Amino acid sequence: MRLPPGSSVRDFASVLDAWRTIVGAAWVFTSDEDLDPYRDAYSPYFGEKEERIASAAVAPATVQEVQAVVRVANRHKIAIYTISTGKNLTYGGSAPAFSGSVVLDLKRMNRILDVSEGNASALVEPGVSYFDLYRHIRERNLKLWIDCPDPGWGSPLGNSLDHGAGYTSVPYRDHFDAHCGMEVVLADGDILRTGMGALPNSETWQQFKYGMGPSVDGLFAQSNFGIVTKMGFWLMPQPEAALVLNARAFHHDDGPRFIDTLIGLIYADLITSQTQIISPILHGPADAELGALVHAWDAGRAAGLDAYAARKGMPFWTAPFVLYGPEAVIRAKAAHITQEFSRIPGAVVGEDAFFKFPLTDEQVVTVIDKARIGIPSLAFFASRRAPDVPPLEGHIDFSPVVPMNGAKILEAMNLCTKTCQELGLMPLGGMPLFYHTRTACLIYAIPVGRDAAANKTARDGFSRLIEIAAARGWGEYRIHPGFMDQGARLYNFNDNALLRFHERLKDAVDPNGILSAGRYGIWPKHLRGAAR
Amino acid sequence: MKGIDIAIVGLTALVMTATVAAATPAAATPSVSWKLFPDRPAEAQVTAGKADFMNSCAICHAAGADRPGTTSLQFKYGGRVPALLEQRTDLTVAAVKYFIRHGIAMMPSFRKTELSDAQVEAIANYLARKP
Repeated sequence: MRLPPGSSVRDFASVLDAWRTIVGAAWVFTSDEDLDPYRDAYSPYFGEKEERIASAAVAPATVQEVQAVVRVANRHKIAIYTISTGKNLTYGGSAPAFSGSVVLDLKRMNRILDVSEGNASALVEPGVSYFDLYRHIRERNLKLWIDCPDPGWGSPLGNSLDHGAGYTSVPYRDHFDAHCGMEVVLADGDILRTGMGALPNSETWQQFKYGMGPSVDGLFAQSNFGIVTKMGFWLMPQPEAALVLNARAFHHDDGPRFIDTLIGLIYADLITSQTQIISPILHGPADAELGALVHAWDAGRAAGLDAYAARKGMPFWTAPFVLYGPEAVIRAKAAHITQEFSRIPGAVVGEDAFFKFPLTDEQVVTVIDKARIGIPSLAFFASRRAPDVPPLEGHIDFSPVVPMNGAKILEAMNLCTKTCQELGLMPLGGMPLFYHTRTACLIYAIPVGRDAAANKTARDGFSRLIEIAAARGWGEYRIHPGFMDQGARLYNFNDNALLRFHERLKDAVDPNGILSAGRYGIWPKHLRGAAR
Repeated sequence: MKGIDIAIVGLTALVMTATVAAATPAAATPSVSWKLFPDRPAEAQVTAGKADFMNSCAICHAAGADRPGTTSLQFKYGGRVPALLEQRTDLTVAAVKYFIRHGIAMMPSFRKTELSDAQVEAIANYLARKP
């Protein structure tokens, strides 16, 4: 039997027995065979002693069972680590941040409690996936869209609590921003509801975020102050139509102006979908010639890359986006957007697709830009750097938040890309993405897998990258548990006043330190010294 | 420009779909045969294993350039065995069960809270069936 840190065989056996009484023996897992699937498949420490491993797992099916399980853990001071669908790959998957924690697996809590077409909202449990919610809506022909991140097997609740993001319109694609109301089980088993959920008989829990008094919802995201067991979301009303467009410019030096034009259209609310800067030259598969050119940082870089792009007939910069609304409105928007880009010599805006909704089943399957049409998939995992390169086994994402300005975005992209090259990393991506409304985020998917030496290179490189970025004021928006301590320490204004405040909160609401120790650098008092 | 257009469309976020499409010969990826969420298969008689496969596995292992299980197996085997699991004749019950519970390449493992032992057994028997 594996043991949580600090627990005796006798004490832990009694805890397991108590949990079996609560959830049923079939839902308490202790064998190596049953716990192996709780390993982080994308751990940068896979197979090494630093890999975070669960000592057991317990899977309640109801809120009452969660409360009872937590009360037992609190009484015996057993570290538990909460997961929802457990598919937060790249950010820890279903493994704990503190090795030896018992995983509190909420996948069985998979009820869609409410979907309101009239108010365009949903209330879900942690184990509901994006696929589940999409299916629920489509089966009932509701005129609603979901917003999903790259993989559809994740949990809207869990993704939101990790500050995940998607691809449709503002305000739905910032998933925490799109939430409205939550239910939380605290470390002592008590339970609260936020916003209008605190008012019995309220019919506006999923419509009005604030209720009365301080808004505490943010305390439960990227943290370990409670266990969220229900969460409400605003859903996007199904638009009449969507126009899938792609802006293109053809020269290296068009970059700042191209990006600033895009940013202007975002700030003007003319482009409301997620968009990103993709350079087929800098981000696409490279032959030997292009590979050499992108590694050359001398004075001839721009001219060399431009000549290559011209010879191949490739645009240098592209930006895909989607317009939503009545056809006449989005056609008018497209005309204005085209005019704005036409100020850059040679730049064009092309129409890739046009859809009227609802889609047919055939369209759902064949549409290419699924995420921006609100269709969940797992297409991301088919990504490859080049046709002759195998798919990534796994990855950890370096993802600094940078200012919304063309010159600064390119400065960040150049520095990060050059640093990756110098560190011997071969990331997938590296594009500036506009998930959030007022910042860009660069995402470099750094490969990890089962090769310990390659994983060490990835870890060392990742650690160096976040230090270099932080020195320029570019912080991570989200991070793998293996780097949460380092990431939290980089947000260090006034001697880490923010982290120290988090620790004061932790000590107040979870004095025994049982909930998700180490998550985002927040450790309970008895582990704080060791963690530092 | 057609090829470039496709490449650009395919590069959504980090999704280099076009790269995948280019790497996967058209002949090796038959036209779409399953719906994205095939809850209600057209066949009148469907085994539990086939239903579980369609609900839990087809999103990766059906046909199409955006199905990572299929494209990954196409890359791995280069057509020596079918990229579509349902067309394989060499799969064993034990092997399928192992891959579901332990994962392989980018495919993570699946816990008992996601797929029960009975569901894993049914999927394995379905994929290991001989035509």
